[in-house]
Order: sequence, then structure tokens, then C-alpha cells
Amino acid sequence: MNQTLHPKTAAPAPASAKYYEFKPYNVGRVVVWGGFALVLILAPLIFSGGLAHSMLSQMGIAIVACLSYNILLGQGGMLSFGHSVYTGLGAFVAVHGLNRIAGGMPIPVSLIPLVGGLAGVFFAVLLGFVTTRKSGTTFAMITLGIGELVHSMALMIPEFFGGEAGVSANRVVGQSVMGITFGPQIQVYYLLAIYAFICTAAMYAFTRTPLGRMLNAVRDNAERVEFIGYNTERVRYISFIIAGFFAGIAGGMYALNFEIATAEVVGAGQSGAYLLFTFLGGATFFFGPIIGAILMVVAFVLLSEFTKAWLLYLGLIFTFMVMYAPGGIASLIMMNLRVAKFGKLRLVWTSYLALAGTALIMLIGAAAMIEMVYHLQLATATEPTLKFLGVTLNATSLDSWFGAALVTLVGLGMFEATRRQFARQWGEIQAEIEKEIRRREAL
Amino acid sequence: MTTSRNSYAIELKDLRKSFGKTEIIRGANLAVAPGERVAIIGPNGAGKSTLFNLISGRFGPTSGEILLNGHRIDGKKPFEINRKGLARSFQISNIFGRLSVFENLRCGLLWSLGYRYAFWKFLADLRDANDRAEELMQMIKLESKHDTLAMNLTYAEQRALEIGITIAGGANVVLLDEPTAGMSKSETKRFIDLIRDVTVGKTLLTVEHDMGVVFGLADKIAVLVYGEVIAFDVPEAVRANPRVQEAYLGSVLAEQQAADAAV
Repeated sequence: MNQTLHPKTAAPAPASAKYYEFKPYNVGRVVVWGGFALVLILAPLIFSGGLAHSMLSQMGIAIVACLSYNILLGQGGMLSFGHSVYTGLGAFVAVHGLNRIAGGMPIPVSLIPLVGGLAGVFFAVLLGFVTTRKSGTTFAMITLGIGELVHSMALMIPEFFGGEAGVSANRVVGQSVMGITFGPQIQVYYLLAIYAFICTAAMYAFTRTPLGRMLNAVRDNAERVEFIGYNTERVRYISFIIAGFFAGIAGGMYALNFEIATAEVVGAGQSGAYLLFTFLGGATFFFGPIIGAILMVVAFVLLSEFTKAWLLYLGLIFTFMVMYAPGGIASLIMMNLRVAKFGKLRLVWTSYLALAGTALIMLIGAAAMIEMVYHLQLATATEPTLKFLGVTLNATSLDSWFGAALVTLVGLGMFEATRRQFARQWGEIQAEIEKEIRRREAL
Repeated sequence: MTTSRNSYAIELKDLRKSFGKTEIIRGANLAVAPGERVAIIGPNGAGKSTLFNLISGRFGPTSGEILLNGHRIDGKKPFEINRKGLARSFQISNIFGRLSVFENLRCGLLWSLGYRYAFWKFLADLRDANDRAEELMQMIKLESKHDTLAMNLTYAEQRALEIGITIAGGANVVLLDEPTAGMSKSETKRFIDLIRDVTVGKTLLTVEHDMGVVFGLADKIAVLVYGEVIAFDVPEAVRANPRVQEAYLGSVLAEQQAADAAV
């Protein structure tokens, strides 16, 4: 502290001072955050209509939830199977808060997400004390257990959780400020967008603090952290509480948007969704969970409209990503940005087209078969035929099955051939980039 | 210090440690004065690593006392001992693989500068921490690897980073567990110079197998055989000690003297 008052005037600036992260007028940073704000502002104008606004609102909620989950998974290496405990309990407390406002409590409706956040902190302080004692598999098992515990409590204590029906509320209560009642969805959207922006910025800031960095250190090598003065349990515990705070805010946003909380919101299914989509978006980069959150809403709202087999497709995509791109979509983007930085992206884009084309053929064939199986299971008694992409398939005829299988196999063969060629090309490009980096270092 | 009579940096009093029924450390006694450089040698299985693990708090002793600057530290947690001014390195590089070299070093010194668990300050604004990390990076000669992830460093570079993290917090008692293990002859020589530079004025305890390193680096040598310190003296005296010759050094020393004669 002394040094800030009496800077060492004699000490020369270190040679590599240019590496300091802090640049007050960092153009890139302004562009990125300005762009993010602009997208949040313009999105409902471009995608207008009831469904779009509802989906955009849900995306805002999911972004906060997935980012808060990634404080645990990506930044702390804590595989939690019970994150919905904190989003869900936040939602319940927030719904009760709305009802209190209706009963005359003088809190503005716009602060309801913060009520959820405080609930998240409360439960994270309480439950995190137990879970963060351990790391790794033990941590994962304890979070799973606590998740089940809270979910079963939701059905056992109807006074608070409302039993099967849940607890509902009305968000158009209390004083309206400047005509904003939060009745129309668009008003709620902009409130949620403001929360999403501030929470994203705050969680990003967290990654730049001493605690945020020590959390990364604990993830990489918890044992070593003990020998540089830090109590790893304390690092995990405080970070867990911070994650709980943002999870609770997401819960409060949910309560405001849906005006109801049911036992499902604290269920294992919801926890699984956070894990799955945070991973899919990419846990190793800060912005990965944002992509995951958008996909989560698209999958839950749109994909489930298209097909009854949507969970199966989701499972296939997840399996595929874990096998071929364990860093998620964010890491795919970053790898390609690196290639682009060295001016080599034009070498691979034809390969990408070929990969996408062959994958599409394979997917169409496989999807036709999946749809036929579902059709046989669900509707065969009434009608053996179904429409699939404009083609009439007969789920009971050999022709349809043979055709679909043929398309799948042809697609698979072509995809594998393209993939091998691409893998070789990719390897060569990476080797060239490594060489280039070494050449630049030597200069 | 509170007990003026006792001015040792590290003192072990009848230290014992058993794993199950096997006693590994069997009444070790040692007193290292501040600023001394002590090499601990001994045959495989003598308990050298266990001794380090006891002093640094990885394990608690079964009985006996460990004093750091006159204060009891036996049974305390590693981070508590570290905060009292003792740091250690590991035999197998124990670094933060997915963080850059700079971040590794900065993590090593955050606690000592009082930043604790702060999440309301930006790392980028912590001038003292950033300057010190840059300084350390130059000391361990990894300036050119500023942004390289630790897991992508060469073996020798990882060893240097390991030392860097260890000394980052400014501890005045430093324990190095086989710092040159697995290095080539030329790397070892450079590395010893590095260790000597970065530990100036500190109390140093090191476990080492390479006798060249031992006699080049240490003011005093402690010989650990079957969990007991059988000799603790300046190198010449330890060489001449018949008990040490018999227990351990005979063959190793013959080699060493042959090498000396050649030079």
C-alpha cells in the first residue's frame, strides 16, 4: 500500500511493461462491450413478435445462469450437478418477493432479480460451506446429493414451494415508474437485458481480480496453492458464493419473466441443462457460456417444436462435441481466429463447406430414421406415413428405411473422407503457424 | 522473535513420523541458523522427502517439534506455514499448467502482498504485484516466455518456474526438493547459479542427489539415514566422517574425489 503513496521513482519501468493488461482506452474492449450492448438493444427490434421477445428474454436469463455456472466449471474446475438449487431457490424467493410487493411492501419490481441474488447468496453460504470442503468427484457427488435433497424438499414443503402447482405471482404490481409497469413483454425484456449486461460485465471483471485468478490456480493445481499461502477451501467457498449470487439473480429474472416457480426449477434436469450447454458453448473461454445459453433457449423452445425426438438430437450433438471438440463452440471459434490471424483461413474454408455438406447429408438420412422410429412408437396405429422435409415416408415399408439408411451411409462415407483430408490439412497449417511463431520469437 | 535464546531459522526436535506401523522419521534433530544453506543427503528411502513434507505441513508429525524462527509450526496447515515465511518447491514440477508464466509468478506473490481473497480489485491495477512478477521473470530468465502457458514450457523452464513460484512470496526460509532432478549436466550447472542468485540472504534447505551440486551449493550438509540425522556439519567434516562414509558416502565420495583430482 505504501508504494502507491510513494512510488519508487528510481526504479526503471520493467522492459516488458507493455504486457500489462490494463489499458484504459482499449479500443478492442470498447468495441466488444459496445457491440454486446447494441445487440441487446437491437435484438427485439429485429426479431419482433411474441415468440421472439419471449425467447430473447429467456436468453438473457440463460446467459446469466450459464455464466454463473461457468465460474464453477470453467474457472474453478468444480463440476456441479446442482446449480439449479441456486437459480431455483432464487426464483422461489423472488416470486414470494413479488407477492409481498403486491401485499404492499415498498420494493420496486425492477429490483426483484436482486432479491433472487440475495437468496442465492444465502443458500450458497449455507450449502456451499459443505460442498466446497471437497473438490473433484467428491464435490460433484455432494452437489448431486444436495440437488436431490432440495428437489424433494420442494414437494415436501408446499407452504414455501407450492407443491405440484408451484407458486405464482403477478409482476404488474406496486408503483409504475414513468409508465413502466412491466406488463408488456418488451418492458420486461429490456429490464432483463440490463441485468444480463451488468451481470456479464461483473462476472468478466471477477475473472480479472486476485480471487478470480487464484480460482484458476486452484483449478489447475489445488495442492500447489496451499503452499503459496492460500486456503483452497476458502478460495472455492467465496467463489461459490459469488456464483450463487449471480445464479440467484438469474432465478429472480426467471421469476419476473414467467411469474411462476415450480418444483422443476430446482430439479436435476435444469442443473443438467446448465452443465450441458455451458460445456457445449465452451467452458474454457469466458464468452463460451453465452453461446451455450443462446443454444439452450433455441433447443428448448424451437427444437422441441420441430420434433418430438429433440432430446435425442441434443444427446447426439453433445456426444459429438465431447468427442471432437471438448473445448466447445468457443474453442472452435478461437482456433479459427488464430488461423485467420496468420492469414490461413482461406486455405480451409472450402474444406468447411465440404464438411458441412457431407454432414448435412448424413444428418438428413439419420434424422429420417429417427423420425420413423418415433413415428412407429407414437402414431403407427393411426397412420404409417409421415412427412419429412417435404417427402412422404412410410415407416412400415422397407423402401423408406433402405433409402434413409443409404443416404446416411453415403453421407457418413463422404464425411469421413473429407474429415481425414481436413485433419491432415489442419495439422499442416498448425505446424506452419508454430514455425511462424518461433520465427517471430527469434527476431 | 519472542524467544531470543532460540535464533534458529529451522529447528527439528526429536521429530518422528510413522505411516501405519512403519516409522519413516525416527527422532530427527536439526538446527539451521538463519542464512545457512543446508543440503540434506542420504540413501533412497532415508526419509528426505518425508522430512520436507513434515516441515512444509503436507503431513503432520507423529511426535516431536518443528520450529520456524522459534515458533512451533508442527501440525499447522501448509498455507499457515507459508504465511509465516516458509516456501517449498516440489520434486515433480508443480505449476499452474493453464496459466501463463507471468500469471504463475503473480499467483505466487499475491498473498504476501496482502491481496488475500480480494475480488473488488483488478489485478491489472496492482502495480507492486505486476512489477514484482516481471522482476521475478527476469531473475529466472523466462522474460521471453511471458505469455506462454506453463504446460507448454520445456522441462528445464518448468523447473525454473517452479523455483520462481517458490521464491515469489518472499519467504526467508526456502525448501527445494531435488531442484535439478532430471536435468542434463550443463543445465544443472546453470541452474545451480540461478538458485544461488535467487536465494541470496535466505535460509536454504535442499534435498539433492548430485554430489557436485551438494558441495557446490551448501554451507553445511545434513546426512539422513533411516530417518535420523547422523551428521550435520560443513562439507569437509562430513566427507571425513567415518560413520557417513560407512552408511552412505563411501562410493559416492570416491567418485567425487576422482572428479576433483581430474580438475
